[in-house]
Amino acid sequence: MVEGELLIRNGVVYDPINGVKGEKKDICIRDGKVVEEVKNPKIIDAEGRVVMPGGVDIHSHIAGGKVNSGRLFRPEDGRKGVKARTKVCRPESGYSVPNTFATGYRYARMGYTFVMEAAMPPLAARHTHEELVDIPILDNAALPLLDNNWMTMEYVKSGDMDLLAAYIAWMIKATKGFGVKIVNPGGTEMWGWGKNCSLNDTVPTFDVTPAEIIKGLAEANEKFDMPHSIHVHTNMLGHPGNFEITKETYDLVKGVKAAKGRQVMHTTHTQFHSYGGTNWGDFESKADAIADYINQNDHATIDIGSIILGDTTTMTADGPMEYSLYQITGRKWTNHDVELETGSGITPFLYSGKSPVNTIQWAIGQELALLVKDPWKLALTTDHPNAGPFIGYPILISMLMSKKRRDESAEDMHKVIYDRAALPSIDREYDLNEIAIITRGMTAKALGLHEHGKGHLGVGADGDVAIYDMSPEERDAGKIQKAFLNTKYTIKGGEIVVKDGEVVATPAGKTYFVTPECDDKLTDEMMVKLKDKFDHYYSVTFNNYAVQDAYVPNPYEIKAPWRS
Amino acid sequence: MVEITDVVCSLCGCVCDDIVVEVEDNKVTKVKKGACAVGKSKLMGHGRIEEPAIRENGSLKACSYDDAIKKAAEILAAARRPLLYGWSSTVCEADKVGVELAEEIGAVIDNTASVCHGPSVLAIQDVGLPSCTLGEVKNRADLIIYWGANPAAAHANHMKRYSYISKGYWTEEGKKNKKLVVVDVRRTATAKMADVFLQIEQGKDYLVFSALRALLYGYEDVVPDEVGGISKKDLLETVKMMKESKFGITFFGMGVTHTRGRHNNIVNAIEMTRAAHTHTKFSIMPMRGHYNVAGINQVCTWETGFPFAVDLTRGYAWYNPGEVSATDLLIRRECDAALIIASDPGAHFPGESIRHLAKIPVIQIDPFANPTTEFADVVIPAAISGVEAEGNVYRMDNIPIRLRKLVDTEYIADEEIMKRILDEVRAIREKGGN
Repeated sequence: MVEGELLIRNGVVYDPINGVKGEKKDICIRDGKVVEEVKNPKIIDAEGRVVMPGGVDIHSHIAGGKVNSGRLFRPEDGRKGVKARTKVCRPESGYSVPNTFATGYRYARMGYTFVMEAAMPPLAARHTHEELVDIPILDNAALPLLDNNWMTMEYVKSGDMDLLAAYIAWMIKATKGFGVKIVNPGGTEMWGWGKNCSLNDTVPTFDVTPAEIIKGLAEANEKFDMPHSIHVHTNMLGHPGNFEITKETYDLVKGVKAAKGRQVMHTTHTQFHSYGGTNWGDFESKADAIADYINQNDHATIDIGSIILGDTTTMTADGPMEYSLYQITGRKWTNHDVELETGSGITPFLYSGKSPVNTIQWAIGQELALLVKDPWKLALTTDHPNAGPFIGYPILISMLMSKKRRDESAEDMHKVIYDRAALPSIDREYDLNEIAIITRGMTAKALGLHEHGKGHLGVGADGDVAIYDMSPEERDAGKIQKAFLNTKYTIKGGEIVVKDGEVVATPAGKTYFVTPECDDKLTDEMMVKLKDKFDHYYSVTFNNYAVQDAYVPNPYEIKAPWRS
Repeated sequence: MVEITDVVCSLCGCVCDDIVVEVEDNKVTKVKKGACAVGKSKLMGHGRIEEPAIRENGSLKACSYDDAIKKAAEILAAARRPLLYGWSSTVCEADKVGVELAEEIGAVIDNTASVCHGPSVLAIQDVGLPSCTLGEVKNRADLIIYWGANPAAAHANHMKRYSYISKGYWTEEGKKNKKLVVVDVRRTATAKMADVFLQIEQGKDYLVFSALRALLYGYEDVVPDEVGGISKKDLLETVKMMKESKFGITFFGMGVTHTRGRHNNIVNAIEMTRAAHTHTKFSIMPMRGHYNVAGINQVCTWETGFPFAVDLTRGYAWYNPGEVSATDLLIRRECDAALIIASDPGAHFPGESIRHLAKIPVIQIDPFANPTTEFADVVIPAAISGVEAEGNVYRMDNIPIRLRKLVDTEYIADEEIMKRILDEVRAIREKGGN
């Protein structure tokens, strides 16, 4: 047997990026990469089982200050899901806010091998990276928050898009980040004074609107060959009637030309942004309106942020939203505003099928997935842990694949589901190819990671493979859910990391970061303004700000050249 | 001579990072800018533990690092209920190895928050913590309250860098347009600077927080003429200042966590912040002591799920302060060995727990001798983090900053000492068939 060679034999392969839709096929891996053939490999018999590339999560909160504040203030959540150490694994704790080890093991057991941490406060980027290093198995990346930054707003105001590009380039490099994250633009800065704003309101002092910030950042992002588009949490999350704002947000960037063949905007946890009605009394689903927009336009992609019923811990850089949520529930509430950049809020929340509002929310996420026709425009997420923990993905997969299961579940929900949501009337069922698209193919492409070996099994791709213990003909929702919760095998970089649902090896993951390459003259000009911010307003010095190489021991750099 | 700028201080939770020092002949010879008197003393260096030692017949005998580490590992591997305590005056990289060692030997791992802001953690677990970074305070705050905290003595640069005296975006005139309220049982150096000083009766913090909450929610009628030694007039004046501020913050210290009421005081302080938040932007922040006590809480939380008092004897994390916190374990005489790193329980624990600690084998890892050294059985000197070793620390507002290495040293850094102990322990356990 040749060291480093692996042959996955006779599996039924779903590799949508390469157009493979459930074909009986062998996968050969050598030295961590998919190859044409192997000589004398270790053999895994996948006869009759479903084989997919390793899962790629486009949006999940797994590491950093917010996540850890969630763990710290919820020992009652920590107590759930405890699992003792094994010869291979370190102890697990937590359900909605699992510890770093549990995060790696649970994703790996579901067949995922890459996760994007969706919100990294630049000033606390070292913290995010310290936790990412402690998450075993998973390759990872993190999106720095760049929208409520004073520098961003000042350049948007003055219209200096090249300098704005120089700023985001420097910040992405300084934080070892992956792209541009936008969360309630303008609103989080206003939260510094306890206020909030909507898309076309003017942010005092900076005299810009959220709409201008979003458009400016989209243009700045596309000045480089960035693998990913701007990644947007739109204004007014969770407010009844916000679907109009969401649609208007898409329209803002319609004319922006993408640097690469991908979307120019990804909006995240779109379930929270697809609300109709004027208050919680007449609250209704507008998933159809959002889906119509996505169906008719090609410049925007979404992830669904679908609800998992039960208790969870909500957390976002959208500080005012978390305050509103805390005012509704009266439960514990943590807030952490970050100077010159961003903020955050955290509060526990229970999604109950007895609540009419939660019932409609629950329907909306699934409606989005079922009403958007082209799965390449859509990703499966729960905005972990906001709409529910990632460990609920298999439940969602079984729902999307089974109308029967959806109908049975709807019976247990508040009856409002039959009046103000479309879900019970939708017959569509996902097939495994579509599931593979929304959990790895689309997500890898939207992040530009398919060019770096993620999300597919073509020759040269990373040897990241999930083998699910189910036949492609399986239609029993319970069995589907079970299969997607614990793989028969998960293979990461050619190494078997999960076997029969148990973690058997815990290699370190790589951290992917992007280096946007900006003209020195532009950078120098921008730097004058940035250094002034450090001299007068930041509480750390310029020379202590950027994330040192020591925090990214397993780096994977993606260069993003300036487009002339 | 070399000048080093942006030096990060490894003394208190302020973690000042704009210090300038001069280094000559591998020694810090001058602190030119940025540090307070205490920070300066640490950077310049003072008496340290010079060599590893093992106690024999009552007195410490010098030995090699190898021997001390081997002895430490033997003690820990043989222990049935070991305690690993301290972790606040070292870097996160060392703390991480500490958690791993605790898992390996089934130890209780606890940190100095247990006898410091532990009550604040319990309060946060009850009601959360509306807070912000120190730069937010610098740029926005026009009302600063220090409650049971005396930064003029304990966090000497706090007011200058971050709060009352600092200048920022909306606070460019510094203290001129700010108000300072100090609540304390005595007229401290900080109190002397205050616009309003509320001299509270010892142990009456809970009542005063309740009175302020009531006034903030508009229930003036339920507040008596005097609460905890403070007149209703002064309370009303304070509430007026809170309501009229654009951005207020309460910094609280040991004077609130360690007086009658304990964590309930902090719950009430946070509830007061929530009440103030119905009128204006209001935040609250604990004045963390050690430069990285926030960091061990962070590391312990992301690795085990819990911030302190974590028992790993079951193979998974069991968190229960009061049961498995260091002082309680010691008072119950449960521990049969202890590793003490970067802290000094000998000076800070209750007498009863120190008495038990003195009876059991104790391993101490520290650059400096302290009362714990007096009864330690194995003493392992460490490089001074922030002077001789680099690494990550978390400021009191949980902002991570990397300590710099300024000079070379023969002494081994905490992280490496811990790794070598862990390796030795594993070797012993493997031999024993575990």
